[in-house]
Amino acid sequence: MSLQISNLSAGYDGTPILRDIDCTVADGEIVGVVGRNGVGKTTLLKSVMGLLTPDGGRVEFNSTDLTDEPADVRARGGIGYVPQGRDVFPGLTVEQNLLIGENVGTGEETLYDRVYEYFPILEERADQDAGTMSGGQQQMLAIGRAIIGGPDLLLVDEPSEGVQPSIVQSITKDLRRINEELGTTILFVEQNLSVIQGLADRCYAMDHGTIVDELDGNELANRAQLEEYLVV
Amino acid sequence: MVVDSTALYGLLALMFQFFNSFAFIVLATVGLAIIFGMMGVINLAHGEFILVGVYGTALVFHAGIPLPVAMIAGVAITVVFGIIVERTIVRHFYDRLLDSMVATWGLALVIAQLLLIVFGSSLGSISTPMGNVAYGPYTSSIYRSIFLPVVAVLMLVGLYVLFTRTEFGIKARATIEDPETARAMGIDTDRMYVATFGIGSGLAGLTGALYAPALGSITPDRGSTFLIEAFIAVVVGGPSVIIGTLSAAGLLSVFNAVGSFLAGTFVGQMLMLLVAIVALRMLPNGITGYVKDWQQRRRAEE
Repeated sequence: MSLQISNLSAGYDGTPILRDIDCTVADGEIVGVVGRNGVGKTTLLKSVMGLLTPDGGRVEFNSTDLTDEPADVRARGGIGYVPQGRDVFPGLTVEQNLLIGENVGTGEETLYDRVYEYFPILEERADQDAGTMSGGQQQMLAIGRAIIGGPDLLLVDEPSEGVQPSIVQSITKDLRRINEELGTTILFVEQNLSVIQGLADRCYAMDHGTIVDELDGNELANRAQLEEYLVV
Repeated sequence: MVVDSTALYGLLALMFQFFNSFAFIVLATVGLAIIFGMMGVINLAHGEFILVGVYGTALVFHAGIPLPVAMIAGVAITVVFGIIVERTIVRHFYDRLLDSMVATWGLALVIAQLLLIVFGSSLGSISTPMGNVAYGPYTSSIYRSIFLPVVAVLMLVGLYVLFTRTEFGIKARATIEDPETARAMGIDTDRMYVATFGIGSGLAGLTGALYAPALGSITPDRGSTFLIEAFIAVVVGGPSVIIGTLSAAGLLSVFNAVGSFLAGTFVGQMLMLLVAIVALRMLPNGITGYVKDWQQRRRAEE
């Protein structure tokens, strides 16, 4: 089992957001987390990444308990992270952003060739300041930065947010390729139906800080069932 | 063409005055600018950090060690001192600008009083090396007017290379831009803060070591001499550490040198303060802040 989350509770400044979350992601799987705004999807990813200290529960990755490990240790241990809103380093060039990404994973090898194959624009604009790129290009950079060190698990927070629809489609395909060709396990959160249906092998649905349902591949194809968890 | 040698000598004296002032502002400012620009902490004990370098150098020198070795010891002492201060005090005040100012101001008072209690009201001075150069009616110290400006320029070039061309510098800038994302990219941000503060302290120590033989009397109240000009230069220079320091030092030194040359040091200092006030009135985000805003506006128009 790649990632196992047990009874996880977390929040901000004493305000609980996540309550007793249990979920698993197997090696090589792509698992989505769906839900409306404010149900705790981003909080869940931040807790897995170690950017939030949990109030309780346990996070295990490749059978190692990471609950008390800080984010930088988790990243070097093989967890890549694409934050919501990309959060590329705007004052650094594309190439420098990718260089930072080399810290993610064990550091045995870097995947510049693969990253430039998936996202050729990054090679073309290697010397450009990341802050001057479009939303879609920044999303590609954020994904490239997260995978360049060869992580085992990739956490992706709303890859479609602020990105134009044609690029969203392309990014969805690229994430699928990353999973198939590099063997990277992916856990992502999303509200865009086409991304969820095009990417996830299965999905967890969240509401009010808890997991309320689990949808397999067949259920994911049922648009009405998915919309139930997304429509306000 | 007949060249008026008096005017030529005057011009040369003015140039050396500028170099002297430029070196002092750059060397006094750069450590403060790095700690403020990279960590969001205004270290009001910066002048006292420089004094630690001065005292470290002077004490080792007076123990019979050659001056260059004593200077290296002065820098090392300040680095160790800076790291201890960062781990025990400053780390609690990251991105708490006003709190950090109060804490480091208190620290400055403690350091100055400790130096007074332990070493008395003054330490034996160190004579300035390298001698003087005489031209017409003027003389200038080779150490202050040529050696220190060269060191100041080399320091800026070295820092530029460090922060733009090395992996450490790129990680440090990533940490400053977005510490949370930097952590999620595997960067040990705690270690980056210690290293950056250590570099800032080391530069303060280097300034102290270099000025130990150029201060005349070494007294525990000399810290403010450095801090005032450094503070003005950081504010006038704006957010960019190296370009900001360079541009502020260049601007302020021109007015300081001209004022000092024509009407004495006091007038030079007053003129520099006046220019700083006018610059801040016109460019509230400093010189590099203005340039950055202008570039963004131009980009938006395109």
